[in-house]
Amino acid sequence: MNQLFIIWQAMPSLMSGTLVTINLTIYFLVIGFMLGILLALGRVYGPSYLQLLIIIPFERFFRAVPALVLLFLFYFGSSFFHINLSAFMAAVLAMGLRSAAYQSEIFRGAIQSIGIEQMKAAQSLGMNIWQAVRYVILPQALRLSIPSWANEYAVVLKDSSLAYAVGVTELLRQGRYIVARTFGNALLVYTVCALIYFILVFMGNQLLRFLEEKYKIPGYELKQRREQSVLERI
Amino acid sequence: MSFLELAWTILPKLLTGAVVTIELTIIAITMGILLGIPVALGRVYGNKLIYIICTFFVEIIRGTPLLTQLFILYFGLPSVGIMLSPFVAAMIGMGINSAAYQAEYFRGAIQSVKKEQLIAAYSLGMKQNQAIQHIVLPQMFRLVIPSWSNELIYLLKYSSMAYMIQAPEIMSQGRLIASRNFRTFEVFIVVALIYLILVLIISKLLDLMERRFRIPGL
Amino acid sequence: MPKVILKVENIYKSYGKLTVLKGISFQVNQGETTVIIGPSGTGKSTLLTCINQLTPPDKGHIWLEETEITNPETNINMIRSSIGMVFQLFNLFTHLTVLDNVRLGLIVVKKIPKDRATNICLEKLKLVGLVDKIDAYPAELSGGQQQRVSIARALAMNPKLILFDEPTSALDPELIGEVLNVMIKLAESGMTMVVVSHEMGFARAVANDIIFMENGVIVEEGKPDILFHHPQNPRTREFLHKITELYGGKSE
Repeated sequence: MNQLFIIWQAMPSLMSGTLVTINLTIYFLVIGFMLGILLALGRVYGPSYLQLLIIIPFERFFRAVPALVLLFLFYFGSSFFHINLSAFMAAVLAMGLRSAAYQSEIFRGAIQSIGIEQMKAAQSLGMNIWQAVRYVILPQALRLSIPSWANEYAVVLKDSSLAYAVGVTELLRQGRYIVARTFGNALLVYTVCALIYFILVFMGNQLLRFLEEKYKIPGYELKQRREQSVLERI
Repeated sequence: MSFLELAWTILPKLLTGAVVTIELTIIAITMGILLGIPVALGRVYGNKLIYIICTFFVEIIRGTPLLTQLFILYFGLPSVGIMLSPFVAAMIGMGINSAAYQAEYFRGAIQSVKKEQLIAAYSLGMKQNQAIQHIVLPQMFRLVIPSWSNELIYLLKYSSMAYMIQAPEIMSQGRLIASRNFRTFEVFIVVALIYLILVLIISKLLDLMERRFRIPGL
Repeated sequence: MPKVILKVENIYKSYGKLTVLKGISFQVNQGETTVIIGPSGTGKSTLLTCINQLTPPDKGHIWLEETEITNPETNINMIRSSIGMVFQLFNLFTHLTVLDNVRLGLIVVKKIPKDRATNICLEKLKLVGLVDKIDAYPAELSGGQQQRVSIARALAMNPKLILFDEPTSALDPELIGEVLNVMIKLAESGMTMVVVSHEMGFARAVANDIIFMENGVIVEEGKPDILFHHPQNPRTREFLHKITELYGGKSE
């Protein structure tokens, strides 16, 4: 019971750590989203030189190098290049750009599966590429991406725990401090941390599922389901 | 010392770390297969109780960060008297984590073998376990290859987390070197390049393997 | 003196080593309907997409009234908004209702205010007989209904010319009639149309001109009575024979 009391007392610290975790996750996802869409559009509609020289190397690098290494590169790189960067900002940059690389793949897949016919129809009305992307392609692509994006959300949330390594006081580090401060039962404290992560992931997925239902294209999901069962065989 | 000279001198030590990285990855993925297939079968063919246990396992492991799981194993277990070395803790943590994800991939592969094929098998007189053994499993192994290849690369990258529980893999070696020459950024550029090369080589190999074992027409 | 709406001169188009169009030239006068027939894969669809520059031709010139479409200085989006296109696979915007589908071009391209745009759309939807479906989504409609919406979408832009790329080829047989009826009404009301189709009955009913294309060239061209009953070229005769076998010599 003594142990549970320690947990109870530690709740404020854990909650502040949770807030930092949520904060980090939002930053990562938003940067990843905005940059990811640009990269995806560049991959589908952009000129080849842009793709080969910038976009593809960017994606390859940020997807092949582990998150922890990226974190270190940005954190220690900032002092190497004499830029003043807080641990928090280093984490935001490293993980945000990484998420962009993954999200751009998600959006690229969605845009390409919408198919070239929709673009042709939009252009045949006289729309230029930007108008077509904004009014026809993106609204459909974003809806299509929600399931994969939910996956990315979970990954980013869990990877935020890596910010621990550069000293950001997120949830896991708070757990460490609590164990050190109170000589508390480490197993219990870290299990509670794990539980909090689980609840965050779960709630986020529920929210995304709700959004998926709300913005569903009527009639379309029947066709999607039929297509999905064909995809499953592949 | 220029960057290239630095890279050259630290390479041997880093490569010993890389060997540990690869060891961890291979052990973890093997554990993942050995544990993942039964869990997948349990979720598809098991009775209600087995299904609940397996689902519980998969959901909890996939819903919590790997780092937290490693902390629980390495820092948490000592509170109840179980002391694991960093390497063993990393092995078990990554293995169980991989098992949960692989269980999902195997489950997807099993479920994509069309029911009609099983019906055909039963109509020939096969029992359920014979049908599973001769029809479902062979196809499952080949259908799962793309996801499985992904998982291998994923594990290779996430083995870097073992650094946080002091396992002697490549990140720890890098940190050790950096603590002596204070050129942390450059050291980790080399580390990043090593990971890049490893990932590229393994991706290429997996690609070739995938092409060889693909079921024609699917 | 009939006004020339579309003039196509010496169009060439290749994809890699394969030359799909080898010097196509023809004209369409105002209010006339030209039907292009021919075996599949001979470049008929490519010809249409060359006209509105969705696939720019390699060589040759195209004029819409007095404006040269193939001139790089021309504002291609303005040209496209004056040429309507109806696709074989309808290509409706799946995330928008029927009304929004028809309205989108007016609002985004022609910058017409929403109220006036809505009125125009309702008028065109009435023409194609789908006013009761304005809040439906494309995936909830039958193929014939979707194609009629796509015709309304093209009509709403008040085009000088409408291009039809095998508009009924993807439809179930019992739905073909409703689409052809709309197209016949359009032709009779004076719309300038270029139609790629296998529907001989339709061609016989409303075409002013028939073009038979094979292997990227125009083999024969002429008025329907002459081409159908007294084709000059033996290949034309062969093709028509095959088609009447397949389609059972449908009469409309």
